[in-house]
Amino acid sequence: MFKKFSAADASGQSILKSSVQRSIRATLLSQMNWDAETLELVWPKKEALVLVKCRDHISIYTVQGEPLFFQHFDGPFFPTLRLLQKYPSLLPKVQVDRGAIRFLLAGAHMMCPGFTSKGGWLPDADAAIPKEKAVAIFAEGKDHPCGVGLTKLSSEEIKSVNKGVGVEIVTYLGDDLWSLKKL
Amino acid sequence: MGKKKNVQPPPPSTSTLPDSIADGEGNVVGEGAVVEEVKKEGVKPLEVLYCQGELRYPIDVGCDDDLVIVCSFPPEFCEFGSSLTRCKAWLHEEHPDLFDKYYSEDALVEKTALLSTEAATKLEKDTAKKEAKAEAKARAEEERKKEAKVIVKRIERNKRKYVTSISGLEAFGIDLKKAAKLFAQKFATGASVTKTVTGGEEIVVQGDVSDEIVDMFEEANESSKESALKGVPEDNIEVVEEKKKKGGD
Repeated sequence: MFKKFSAADASGQSILKSSVQRSIRATLLSQMNWDAETLELVWPKKEALVLVKCRDHISIYTVQGEPLFFQHFDGPFFPTLRLLQKYPSLLPKVQVDRGAIRFLLAGAHMMCPGFTSKGGWLPDADAAIPKEKAVAIFAEGKDHPCGVGLTKLSSEEIKSVNKGVGVEIVTYLGDDLWSLKKL
Repeated sequence: MGKKKNVQPPPPSTSTLPDSIADGEGNVVGEGAVVEEVKKEGVKPLEVLYCQGELRYPIDVGCDDDLVIVCSFPPEFCEFGSSLTRCKAWLHEEHPDLFDKYYSEDALVEKTALLSTEAATKLEKDTAKKEAKAEAKARAEEERKKEAKVIVKRIERNKRKYVTSISGLEAFGIDLKKAAKLFAQKFATGASVTKTVTGGEEIVVQGDVSDEIVDMFEEANESSKESALKGVPEDNIEVVEEKKKKGGD
């Protein structure tokens, strides 16, 4: 999504209405694994949320110029990778094996075998991740998440199908959203 | 809070025993502390270290700022980045403990154990290739900057009326909006940033001011003051003239 992206792709910035901000705050709390106090640290109540509209219906939300979340159409909210690395537990965790890292950092979608092989990790059946859900992608032998993805199959399906795209990458370490520190 | 008020008044009225008062106060204090804690709690963000290893190209083009690419990955991912050798050097200098963790003999052995030797050598080759690629890219960028020309064009608008267009400023990292404002202020005329057909942006200043503009660029380079026009070498400025084609009347 952000393989090729620059500040020039942003077509306009606007401060959101406070009622919209309130609803976004509620959605963020329901979609991600954190409490109101933690969100308060990231996005203080006093700071206004700025919506940056970009090409292809991507909206990036920034606080004091720093991108924090983004969204495609009306889809789920994704934290930016920098935010995710500060709060790794925001999203459910999946892990790919070592061989997949270099493809991940080139922006490729993650295939199922990368999760099911020895270095990969998926949650157990009782904590299964449904499909079309935002996930944090970790890598074998690394402490920090290195990508944010959207599951195309549920975690159980990934295990059983074990073929083709399992998680689509929305942002990854080293893409243009990563290099963009301020908007 | 409501509870606190309910608890506190009774002791003085019902009994004057110091024990019960102390008890009540103790409770109150305890409760208050708990409430406060809950309020302030919030998970502190993890401190993430970002690699500052950089590729640097001090090729003399008459500009002060060299082209610098900072790795910016967390150090554990540097091996997949495009400046591994420099990242290693940086980490070794700034965070020797981390360097040992990631690049010591043991760590390397562990790493290769996870991969077959074949894949390992391939990966190594890949990183070397990537590094070379990034270097080449940076060179090309530098080259382009060297070649880039700022074109100051005098356009005849209406027999004795002219506008001046300045294009090619983007390559030198100049803020077009600020520059346009500066021109407008200096010449007391309109100056606007417009999109060209080719996709770039140019500044159009009303009036024939091409010579003055060239002077302004020179001045900005010479003076030590911050200026929106700084950073364009004199040799890269080209002045051209565009005459209106004679309309057949």
